[in-house]
Order: sequence, then C-alpha cells, then structure tokens
Amino acid sequence: MHPAFSVVFFTTATGAGYGLLALLGVLAAQGFVPPDFWLGLVGMGLALGLISAGLLSSAGHLGRPERAWRAFSQWRSSWLSREGVASVATFVPAGLFAIGWVFLGRTEGWVAVAGLLAAIGAVATVCTTGMIYASLKPIAQWHSRFTLPGYLIFSAMSGSVLLNALLQGFALGSTILLAGCTLLTSLGWGWKVATWRYNDRLEIPTNANTATGLAGGTVRSVEWPHTEENYLLKEMGFRIARKHNARLRQITQVLAFALPVLLLIAAFTLRWPYAALLSALAAIAQFAGMLVERWLFFAEAKHTVTLYYGR
Amino acid sequence: MTCLPAHTDKKLGLVIDLDTCVGCQACVTACKEWNTGGHMAPLTDIDPYGGDVDGVWFNRVHSYEHMTEMGGRTVNFPRSCLHCETPACVTVCPTGASYKRASDGIVLVDEDKCIGCKLCSWACPYGAREFDTDVGVMKKCTLCVDRIYNDNLAEEDRVPACVAACPTSARHFGDLGDPASAISQLVAERGGVDLMPELGYRPTNKYLPPRAHTQRAASVPAPALEPVRAEGGFLGWVDRMLSH
Repeated sequence: MHPAFSVVFFTTATGAGYGLLALLGVLAAQGFVPPDFWLGLVGMGLALGLISAGLLSSAGHLGRPERAWRAFSQWRSSWLSREGVASVATFVPAGLFAIGWVFLGRTEGWVAVAGLLAAIGAVATVCTTGMIYASLKPIAQWHSRFTLPGYLIFSAMSGSVLLNALLQGFALGSTILLAGCTLLTSLGWGWKVATWRYNDRLEIPTNANTATGLAGGTVRSVEWPHTEENYLLKEMGFRIARKHNARLRQITQVLAFALPVLLLIAAFTLRWPYAALLSALAAIAQFAGMLVERWLFFAEAKHTVTLYYGR
Repeated sequence: MTCLPAHTDKKLGLVIDLDTCVGCQACVTACKEWNTGGHMAPLTDIDPYGGDVDGVWFNRVHSYEHMTEMGGRTVNFPRSCLHCETPACVTVCPTGASYKRASDGIVLVDEDKCIGCKLCSWACPYGAREFDTDVGVMKKCTLCVDRIYNDNLAEEDRVPACVAACPTSARHFGDLGDPASAISQLVAERGGVDLMPELGYRPTNKYLPPRAHTQRAASVPAPALEPVRAEGGFLGWVDRMLSH
C-alpha cells in the first residue's frame, strides 16, 4: 500500500494526541495532576494540537476535501465515518475540560466529568482508526488480530511518553509515571516484533489461482492490460520499502522503542532539568520512530489486487 | 446509504467465458468509449500521448499463462467490477456515495457525494475501482446503467457496451438471481466460478473456466506445402512450361 505522508502523519499524530488527552483527562480528574494554568495550556494545547493537525492532514488526503462534512453520515456501516463522528464528538468534552482547567483553574466537579468523557472519546476514536485498517480483508497484514490492539497500545505508549516529558518539564515528574511509560514502550516494542513475526509467516489462501478462477497448476502474468503504472499499482502496488524493510525495521526499533527505553531509564536516576531533557528527547525520538513504523505499516501491506499483476 | 439491501429483486451481472476470450481488447475500448460520455463521465486520461500515460478504465484485460500437468495455455482475463452481493467497497464508504441498488444489485458511485478518500478502492480485492485524480472522485463500472434501461436504443443493444462489442461472444449479460435465465443456465452448464471466494464478497459476475484439454489430434492432416524454390533440370523445365 502506498504510504501517503498525510495518512502516516495523521495516524501517528492523532494516536499520540488521543493517548495524551485520555491520560490527562483521567489523571487530572483523579487529582494526580494539579490544575495549573501553564501545565493545562501546554498539555491540552499539545494534545488538541496533535489531534487537530492530524485530522487536518487526513483531510489533505481527500480528493474533494470541501465535501468532508458528508463523512459523518454513514456511521451505521463505515468505520471511517465512525472515526469522523467520534473524533468530532470528543472535541466537545475535551474543549470543556480544557476551558475548565486552563481558564477556570479547576479539575474537579463537572470539569472532571468532562475529562473522563474526553478520555472515553479518545479511546473510542483510536479504536475506530484501528478498525478502519483491521476490517479490510484484501490486506492480510492489516486484517489481523494484531492491528486493533496495536493502535491502542501505540496510542497509550506515545501518549504516556509525551505526558512524562510534559510533567518532567514542569518538574512534576514521578517514578510511577516513568515506570509506566517505560513499561508501555517495552510492551509496544514486543507487540511490534510479534506483529512482524506474524506477518512474515502469513500464509493467505488467496493466490493467483483463486484470483483468476483458474484451478490447479501455476498462473503466471504474461501481459499487463497497460504499459505504464495505473492507479491500482501506484496506490496498492507500492514496492519501494520491501527492498529496505529490514533496515527500516531496525530504525523503527531503535528510534521508537530502544532509545526511548534507555533515555527513560536514565531519567530515573537524574533530577530536573536533566530528567526533563531526557524525557523530551525520548518523546521526540519515539514520535520520529513511530512515523517510520507507520510508514512501514503501509509499505509492507500487500493488497490482493497485486496478484493480478504477478507481484 | 451504505448499508447493503437485504435482498435485491434482480442480480444483474456479467458472465465471462475464459475459454473463448481472445484478448482483443474490444470490450476495453468499447467500455471506455461509452462510459467517457456516460453515467460516470469523464473517464479522464492523463498525458494520453506522452511517456507517462495514466487514466481511468472500468475494464482491463490481463493475459496469463496457466500451466498444469495437462499442458500450458494462454488465458486472457477481463477484469471489471463484479457487483458483489456483499461489497465491502459500499459499506466502508463514509459519505453514502457508494451504494448497491435494491432493484437490480448494481453497485454505483454518486460522484456528487464522493469525497475521494479512496477507502473503497482499498476494500475491493479485485481492483475494480479507479480514482480519477483530475476530478478527485472514485469511478467504477456501472454495468452500463445508461444502456441497459435505455428506451432510445434498439432492444438488442440494451446490454453493456463490453458485451455488445465482444466479437467472440465471451461476455454475457443477464439476471444471475434467476436460475431459469439463459445466463444462469450457462453458468450451471459450464461450472462458472467466483473469483477469490474465500474472501466472502460473493461476486455476482461469474467466470467460465477454459474447457478441458483434449487428447484428440487433428483428424485431417493439412495438405503438404509446395516447395518454395523452383526445381532445376528437366522436371523444372516441365514445371515452368506447365505453369505458363
């Protein structure tokens, strides 16, 4: 599958943004995070900024973005429509929560309720994003039991690493949060490696024989219907990454998982501002690593239409 | 509405005979010619005379070499929308632009509602949908809805353009939901198959596999060819004289 940068950035940014929003909503409502003006402004600004930038980026992927409002109508059948509805609906409690925290200086009462509702909306939105990919049968690497948990784990992981960087920056870091985001990053690492192992051993029943209805023997493509690459090959027959996938997987593992884990462990032993600096570096490295991971998620996915072209 | 109809009155579709298709591309050009002025017009071409040609086509003909223990053969394979009974391309559509008609089962796109998110083309395992980068919307085979019900055409012409154009009658059109229809009988007789049945899209269109190889040799040997080079000597002289 062609890794359009708008979609790669969209899923990475909103994943981190919704993870951060959910954690801020729950932790602030529970009183673990003080209702400080600057912390609220930066934290909610970062979460909602990442979400908004991602959603705007995804609109850039559309052929007719001016009609995007129509995408809220088919939530009964379409996970993409459900994602649109969930993402916009989440802005309501998230906005109220941000106003209560930043401008009214309180995170209890109705603001806490709004925070919890925003967290529920954030989790629901990430689920709908994961299901868009998990529901596509022609792409075996996506239509697997790894996809939806992967989106949730990576959202929680990148959100928690961002939250840790944020709180460390305000000298509010805690060893519990450091331990939490280190564990989540390790979990994300394990999940990604397990997903790659599963995909590498994937044996799908669909092949050139079932694609053409020609039973038995071998079916070899001898002539394409067209001389140049068409939409199908440009969109679904992307092949560049296959050449470099081993190297790109290493880059992903280093940037998204190994380096953040090392930096976070080092931050345990240090005080502000060094712990804050390492936490910020961990968040930046992980975001860059997750962009590579998401790029590979697309580039390594093989669509059944490529069988018709002998690829 | 992108929810699928529970029942369609008819299941209009195509049956493609892989035994008789000669890969002449007549259906491809007839489809392009009709549909670039039809329901989903235009079928945009990008750089049509240049070195990087691209464009929207509803029908593409591949050629395959099928090798079995009985021997090898070339199979020409037209590929277009199969108007599935459970088309995921319709249910994934977020705007309601894609729909399956309850009356005849044809899968269509309302171009005025399409936002060009391309998710339907990802959801189709057969590559039936092609994005028009110029207009910014998705396009696909309409089963020539603007021909098959067209009272301005003679009755025999009320078939999809690809079917009308096929010189070897490899393409057949009809109601596959009616077991008594000629097209359903043909599928039953020839053992028509679904493409990628394991994915569960339940395509309406069927493909008739090539007939089995025969062990019979040609019963009448071809006559021996005349020698190309004129003979010399006495017999050559006789040949030249008699050839005058």
